[in-house]
Amino acid sequence: MTLDAKIPAGPIADKWNSHRFKLKLVNPANKRKFDIIVVGTGLAGASAAATLAELGYKVHSFCFQDSPRRAHSIAAQGGINAAKNYRNDGDSVWRLFYDTVKGGDYRAREANVYRLAQVSVNIIDQAVAQGVPFAREYSGLLDNRSFGGAQVSRTFYARGQTGQQLLLGAYQALARQIEAGQVVMHPKTEMLDIVVVDGHARGIVVRDLKTGKITRHAADAVVLATGGYSRVFNLSTNAMGCNTTAIWRAHRRGAYFANPCYTQIHPTAIPPAGDHQSKLTLMSESLRNDGRIWVPAKKGDTRAPSQIPEAERDYYLERRYPSFGNLVPRDVASRAAKAMVDEGRGVGPTGIGVYLDFAASIARLGQASIAAKYGNLFEMYERITGESPYQTPMRIYPAPHYTMGGLWVDYNLMSTIPGLFVIGEANFSDHGANRLGASALMQGLADGYFVLPATIGDYLAPNMGQKVGTEHPAFAAVEDEVRGRLAKLLSIGGKRSPDSFHRELGKITWEYCGMGRNAQGLGNALEAIPRLREEFWSNLRVVGDGESLNQTLEKAGRVADFLDLGELMCRDALERNESCGGHFREEYQASDGEAQRNDDDYAYAAAWEFTGDGQPARLHKEPLTFENVPLTQRSYK
Amino acid sequence: MNLTLHVWRQEGPDKPGKLVEYKTAEASPDMSFLELLDVVNEDLLARGERPIEFEHDCREGICGSCGVMIDGEAHGPQKLTATCQLHLRQFKDGDSITLEPWRSKAFPVVRDLVVDRGAFDRIIEAGGYVSVSTGSAPEANLTPVPKDAADAAMDAAACIGCGACVAQCPNGAAQLFVAAKVAHLGLLPQGQPERLERVLKMVEVMEEQGFGACSNHRECEAACPKGISIDWIARLNADYRKAQLKGRRKAAAGGFAG
Repeated sequence: MTLDAKIPAGPIADKWNSHRFKLKLVNPANKRKFDIIVVGTGLAGASAAATLAELGYKVHSFCFQDSPRRAHSIAAQGGINAAKNYRNDGDSVWRLFYDTVKGGDYRAREANVYRLAQVSVNIIDQAVAQGVPFAREYSGLLDNRSFGGAQVSRTFYARGQTGQQLLLGAYQALARQIEAGQVVMHPKTEMLDIVVVDGHARGIVVRDLKTGKITRHAADAVVLATGGYSRVFNLSTNAMGCNTTAIWRAHRRGAYFANPCYTQIHPTAIPPAGDHQSKLTLMSESLRNDGRIWVPAKKGDTRAPSQIPEAERDYYLERRYPSFGNLVPRDVASRAAKAMVDEGRGVGPTGIGVYLDFAASIARLGQASIAAKYGNLFEMYERITGESPYQTPMRIYPAPHYTMGGLWVDYNLMSTIPGLFVIGEANFSDHGANRLGASALMQGLADGYFVLPATIGDYLAPNMGQKVGTEHPAFAAVEDEVRGRLAKLLSIGGKRSPDSFHRELGKITWEYCGMGRNAQGLGNALEAIPRLREEFWSNLRVVGDGESLNQTLEKAGRVADFLDLGELMCRDALERNESCGGHFREEYQASDGEAQRNDDDYAYAAAWEFTGDGQPARLHKEPLTFENVPLTQRSYK
Repeated sequence: MNLTLHVWRQEGPDKPGKLVEYKTAEASPDMSFLELLDVVNEDLLARGERPIEFEHDCREGICGSCGVMIDGEAHGPQKLTATCQLHLRQFKDGDSITLEPWRSKAFPVVRDLVVDRGAFDRIIEAGGYVSVSTGSAPEANLTPVPKDAADAAMDAAACIGCGACVAQCPNGAAQLFVAAKVAHLGLLPQGQPERLERVLKMVEVMEEQGFGACSNHRECEAACPKGISIDWIARLNADYRKAQLKGRRKAAAGGFAG
């Protein structure tokens, strides 16, 4: 199978408009004859489900949380980018496009990114109309802040809870369609597999997490909006329930998995306090606007931060990157922090961390002004660490946060399984090898509100009246497999908990496929993960049954899929003999320690095809061409 | 730290439940409360016993999944803190702690500490939104929103839907939850066209779902991890009365009766 990205012809600025005109339409009276399954209710899933329902499609929405409002988009703090140029500071659709392609280290598809920048302005309009309480100026007009990787202020925000407010906007739009009978909502229901009939996605098999009941659901198209896989590292800023099961199951049924090694390590999380740590808490990147990052100038300096005079501090980002300073992109900031810790200049009780200091901003702007911007983040920090950032610098350290990799999709957001669409973080997305801050919310909502609702009709229109029901033997076969797998997980009767396997997997992936990667380490990981998987399937312990709420069973299934994905991620990282964005191969770095790309050999998206259990995945390449943003070595100096 | 937990165990919605004692010596003051439950559960699993089911997800106090009664207080002793953000430094070595699920007729127990809060979703579905379809929105800066109004709307919109207000209320009332959403949308120009109709619909469904009546105990405000003010309840009541009057006037004129 050759990968066809279906990028429209023509100048980049016209592609989306001319493509939209050419897409086949489903007439309003016929839309209600189509059933669409949407899995996941984060920004992408909720906005897609609501919008498709508004258009008249019959939507079936699924989420594993007890309410669609709790999807992990809710935890996004900082903001959402849009090329409104309200600040008159030189922003434009072109500049947002340019920044995103460059920020992604030239591993994104230009056409997708341009479209993303174009619809970004509509997202803000939509959210404001829904009542999203964005921050405002005294004029009553919308406020903006700046964010990493950009020299303009284009980020819209709602205190430190932008993701929450945007998600509630999308959730409320979804609730309106549930009330109208256009959406059937299935909360606390987990998708365990996808059903493919004659090469087309025709439905899913799910488990009701409260009762354990397994059911089949058929539709004309299936949309996965199930988020990213950062929990392959175990410790991450993702919610405990975030998992890869939906996209991994789809991968096994024929959807190619693209760029799994592109994972983002967020520079500003609270460092782990000990072995009991279950997840890491993010401190919004927006803090870098007013906080200065530093470590002691000399190694092993254990004095309290207040006792270290200015002259003995190293504001290393400002020193190394004078023009971007503390606002360098996430991957650059993360690696720089790791370098400081590796040099023995880390801070805090564990020596794993750097300071993020607000003293200068508090002196310049006043405590009230800082509190108005970041009050809730400061409180959260104090609750977790027992220290007040008003009094003493925060301690931060990078943490896995977002995954740019995901299921491969074409320009219409359709995977390599016809009828299976993938949106938001779950697809391999528009961010290339690194995502800029405040761009995840933008992409999730762009896909859900504006892109998918336009492109899905093109797939559906020619398939009128070709329904496949849940009585089709393919559904029974998939249901049998799902039941068999659950029974297996319950019956192994070994000694170790799902969490213990997850922790061990996380140690392997973080050590060998985290911020820095090299061929030898990846080789180690590729030996260790299959060994761990073998132990998992022979020494797992799950207590209880499958006919009731059983979170241990849920975790076991998710960890099993993370074990498989983790292996593919390491293979992809080993295959890519270059450094780009979040993928830093230590063998490939410039003399100043910056990532060194190899555009001659690696300017492609790596799309992996599943070929069977125990068989190596097959690599397909989608070449990436850059006609509008000239390929350059990124520099933020 | 040595802690003794008394945890509500209940196998299902219609099964009887009881408090079961668990001791743990592995607690550290830097641990979060839910990490303590993780440790207890690992121990239970190792002994072949069923772990304690509890709801949790983001573990940073924003998704609203978690929430248990800790010694009779929703989300425990620390103010403005969800259960997942509560750390053991709030407790003393040797403490004995009782954990129960939210207790409310409208939130039936699913298992152990997990309850079904679907009633909250039903209330939002009744009208907790602005009826604007994708694509029809005007340019965002066309409608200025006074900063005060936007800030106040954000205060109300900060609700995470955890249900602590209901659990803490002696009447099991959901007024704070409803009032927060009504205020959030009612304070903004975008929410005006449906403002009064929204109140009537949401209150009606709130009552259908089995929540109790508000009698101004203020327990909800004290328990709320996001500091949602009961001032919004006063506003809810004012809007509700206005909506009823308007409905009556319209009915008298032969028009809209709701």
